Amino acid sequence: MIVRILGEGQFQVDGDAATKLAALDSELDAAVQASEEAAFRAALDASVRLIRESGTRVPDDAIVTADFILPFSDATLAEVRQLLTDGNISGDSVGLP
Amino acid sequence: MSVMKRVSLIFRAKANKALDRMEDPRETLDYSYQQQVEMLTRVRRGVADVATSRKRVELQMNQLQKEVDRREGQARDALGKGREDLARAALQNKSSLQGQLNDLQGQYSALQEQEEKLTMASQRLQARVDAFRTRKETIKATYTAAEAQTRINEAFSGISEEMGDIGLAIQRAEDKTAQMQARAGAIDELLASGALEDHVGGNQDNIQAELDRIGAGSDIDAELAQMKGELSASAPRQLEANPNGDSPAPVDDQPPQAGDGS
Repeated sequence: MIVRILGEGQFQVDGDAATKLAALDSELDAAVQASEEAAFRAALDASVRLIRESGTRVPDDAIVTADFILPFSDATLAEVRQLLTDGNISGDSVGLP
Repeated sequence: MSVMKRVSLIFRAKANKALDRMEDPRETLDYSYQQQVEMLTRVRRGVADVATSRKRVELQMNQLQKEVDRREGQARDALGKGREDLARAALQNKSSLQGQLNDLQGQYSALQEQEEKLTMASQRLQARVDAFRTRKETIKATYTAAEAQTRINEAFSGISEEMGDIGLAIQRAEDKTAQMQARAGAIDELLASGALEDHVGGNQDNIQAELDRIGAGSDIDAELAQMKGELSASAPRQLEANPNGDSPAPVDDQPPQAGDGS
């Protein structure tokens, strides 16, 4: 599957790593729901590390959509919560009228 | 639902919404391309802004480091003159300054990391924009309108995600840079006005003044003598007749015309 880390681009992640990532994603979700800052940080850091270490970069000239998108590696809980609630991608960078 | 899935759906929904608004699919390609080129400009400007911020913080770190070193010198000086109280005050000052310096160092690494990431993002976007341009022409030339729609959707969604990501990254960088600039401005002002010593809780001026009083009486005399010597270049030489005056008062009595003219 293709995973994007915001600010870092897309990675191809498969096999065991993909399974582990799905588990971390659930931890991340639980932490966001419960507003647990420490658990959130731990799950986000672990996800970022896993993707960076086990993923293969999608070539720069490939134009594909990601199956999963991880927030910025240094995102705060509040930031992620806001992204999830108002679905706001700032700057309207997709840029169509 | 998982966080990562939700975020990806948000990006996709945004792209789909934009696609729905476009009537002619081929127009979508041109319009999107135009947006991409604008985004590239914005990213490059973002990289430059972050770099400027980083350099400014670097300058301030150098200035603060100098202040820290100066306090340490003062502490040694004071100890050498048997004034542990002054040495302690100087070291207290140094410690406050060191705290600010450490804070700046943290900001500096954050900016450095952000600059690297944005630079990479800018290269990535450039590569994708180039690829998009090629694909756009291929789609226009090769496919019928119906076939083209699918290809356009793919290309558009893919590039939209990239643009959305970079748009967010730039927005964050701009916010952070603005915060840094405000803080940097405050520190610049403090450094420039010489108020930093007071700001960090110090009687540094007193320390230096005291040290000067203790050790520098003769230095002042020597300096006075030297100034008098310089003044005598344009003034009567009788000033040199008083080499060992013990009052700093003559500074005020010096002929005003000497410093001003040339």
